[in-house]
Amino acid sequence: MPRKQIHLAAHFPGVNNTTVWSDPEAGSHIEFDSFLHFARTAEWARFDFLFLAEGLRLREQNGLIYDLDVVGRPDTFTILAALAAVTDRLGLAGTINSTFNEPYEVARQFASLDHLSAGRAAWNVVTSWDEFTGENFRRGGFLPQEKRYLRAKEFLAATWELFDSWRGDEIVADKETGEFWRPGGDFAIRSDQFDIHGRFPVPRSPQGRPVILQAGDSEEGREFAASGADAIFTRHGTLEAGQAFYADVKGRLAKYGRSPDDLKIMPAATFVLGDTEAEAQEKARHVRYQQVSPATAIKFLEQLWNRDLSDHDPDGPLPTVDPVVGENTISRGRASVRMYRDPIATANEWRELAEAKHLSTREVIIEVTGRQNFIGTPGRIAELLDEFVQADASDGFVLVPHITPGGLDEFADTVVPLLQERGVFRTEYEGTTLREHLGLKPAPTTAATDLGTAVAE
Amino acid sequence: MTPLHLAVALEGTGWHPASWREPEARPAALFDAGYWADQVREAEHGLLDLVTIEDGFAIQSSRPHQPDERTDQVRGRLDALLVAARVAPLTSHVGIVPTAVTTHTEPFHFSKGIATLDYVSTGRAGVRVRVSTRPDEAALVGRREIAREDAPELFDEAADWVEVVRRLWDSWEDDAEIRDAATGRFVDRDKLHYIDFEGRFFSVRGPSITPRPPQGQPLVAALAHRDYAYRLVARSCDLGFVTPQETADVAPILGEIRREQEAAGRAEEPLHVLGDVVVFLDESAEAARDRKGRMDTRLGRELVSDARIVVGTPAELADLLLEWQEAGLAGARLRPGSVDHDLAQITRGLVPELQRRGAFRTAYEADTLRGLFGLDRPADRYAA
Repeated sequence: MPRKQIHLAAHFPGVNNTTVWSDPEAGSHIEFDSFLHFARTAEWARFDFLFLAEGLRLREQNGLIYDLDVVGRPDTFTILAALAAVTDRLGLAGTINSTFNEPYEVARQFASLDHLSAGRAAWNVVTSWDEFTGENFRRGGFLPQEKRYLRAKEFLAATWELFDSWRGDEIVADKETGEFWRPGGDFAIRSDQFDIHGRFPVPRSPQGRPVILQAGDSEEGREFAASGADAIFTRHGTLEAGQAFYADVKGRLAKYGRSPDDLKIMPAATFVLGDTEAEAQEKARHVRYQQVSPATAIKFLEQLWNRDLSDHDPDGPLPTVDPVVGENTISRGRASVRMYRDPIATANEWRELAEAKHLSTREVIIEVTGRQNFIGTPGRIAELLDEFVQADASDGFVLVPHITPGGLDEFADTVVPLLQERGVFRTEYEGTTLREHLGLKPAPTTAATDLGTAVAE
Repeated sequence: MTPLHLAVALEGTGWHPASWREPEARPAALFDAGYWADQVREAEHGLLDLVTIEDGFAIQSSRPHQPDERTDQVRGRLDALLVAARVAPLTSHVGIVPTAVTTHTEPFHFSKGIATLDYVSTGRAGVRVRVSTRPDEAALVGRREIAREDAPELFDEAADWVEVVRRLWDSWEDDAEIRDAATGRFVDRDKLHYIDFEGRFFSVRGPSITPRPPQGQPLVAALAHRDYAYRLVARSCDLGFVTPQETADVAPILGEIRREQEAAGRAEEPLHVLGDVVVFLDESAEAARDRKGRMDTRLGRELVSDARIVVGTPAELADLLLEWQEAGLAGARLRPGSVDHDLAQITRGLVPELQRRGAFRTAYEADTLRGLFGLDRPADRYAA
């Protein structure tokens, strides 16, 4: 049996503490040259796509704008369209929120991006409901939390109807007969969230619709991905957890008439490379200390404790007081604070860890917030990535470098050639569109109906 | 002589509805990036100040309130902001000004969109704002009902939209990013500002998620034909596009805009007003007339436009533009009748003609769009 091919994506370093801005190598997070550098490395290394995250309000903690991480990013559509000008084959994936946008606009923008990139657009669909972010929008924070997924599904279904409103053969442009087109694009959509009708202005794009990405580990998120996404991001770090997730999600596809190959599973992965294992471990330790400064350690502590701990000594033991249970009021605009379902239990786990390993507050934070998945020599990392994919723990990875813009360069120079030698990663792009890179079938035109069924369930 | 400012308005295969059938036209390429790149490069070759990229919220139609069923005209278009971003890295001097429809869009999204266009073009972005009064365009979003008589109010709303966009551009002071390793702080949060805009139509908190763009304030432009639109230009814009038919129309139009500027307390603010002209240009006036005549025949009637139509030689157009300049306009925004023909007539015919008369630049004198209009980089309104 031929070995499974690995799919690789490159996550432009984001606005969280994974990104190390204090390193001497760290450059601008906003100048176009940084995006150009990053995209060209990814394309030179034959990656499937580049990925951009998005957040529509600056994060706050203790009622103040959070100032310890990288702050500031470009507009997703605009930067991706510009990157389409300076790359030829690399997929261009962006995060676009379904709560603070309208389907007509988003469909128009993605269809335009797909035309302007000749078939390389991808959309990471996210949903939020918080009034905090809504304060930046004329629409406001109007969405009740329980309608998040309903809106996301209806939003996606609506955009698919818009993408499919053109069959693809409408533009004739026959100068002799004077026939420019055969009218298309008519739509009428009525649902819980939308009541829209008219004519969609963008002809069918090269991919039919953008590649759909979905991040989310919840039951609803998995089902949503199984019903209509083309790739899913996960955070499963271990082989066993990855395999369990992989089997679960792939197993859900059949009921939507889809095959296991129709949805790629790509966990986010950080990496630290070294010439020797020992050197890699030492570098990884150094990066962790860069990622968790004393000030950052206190902020993480406050996110769990849900109270002001600005006077706490980061080099001393964990606080003796317990976390404040209830709505997290200390941190806003950050999805991860919802992870702490039982803050007191988590605090006790941290205390046990601190005692067992004799750790300071900062050291505990370094230990529990670590997301370093792959550490080692290029050869070892190539082996690990390959094993992970061949063992059906994933179909590939979304690599998250910690330095902008050069954080991917070493991986491209050293690990990619080894994956190519193993015969598990392309040496040239075989196709031109992102769907082709991902080995996906052409977008089905009846998909809106399938998703509609998923919504009804 | 003060040099003229010249802009070109890019719209499909041109402003004549039958232009797509012209021999040089490339209607099948309208949805490819290369088509737009070629045009913007040509505009830059001609040292033009800027291109505007037309957009409407709905698909083109010959009917005022709904899609039509005509099959003999160009229908379908790409998002103007994305087209602008796609061509920006391929050029280095020409200003790039996409259209934004204020009525149905989020100022927060557009503020970061234009700021990002300014980053990817290293300081050449602007935005031309447009109001939608069409009920069928409102139905595409389904959040509000709109009637034509709402127009004055929709222009007031557009002024609020621009105010929000501008405040968001300033919501990051230039030196907000500090990267202070000693305290672990990436930004100085005292230099990030809530804009706290509260108006009749919406409120927006801020700050932007995008740092202050290279130009500080990218240019804002609007096309205006009457009182409430002149007011928008006077209150909110750096550039106005107007449509005099005759030279005698120029002074009254400018008078009205200047009065509105005074009323808004902006009398001292620089505001450049350009006259829109639809152009059909050839080496001989007869050739231009023949070409336009051929397109009119295919259209089935003579072309009508809100703007003055010039059919003739580049020299004749140069005469008119200098006359308008004498009357007070800063230059013109030219709408090529057939873009694949008339754009090159502008850049390779009109421009050398104006240069010979000492009325147009012979090299780009600035790297930013503000710079081409002689505008300094403005101070941040929130800076202490």
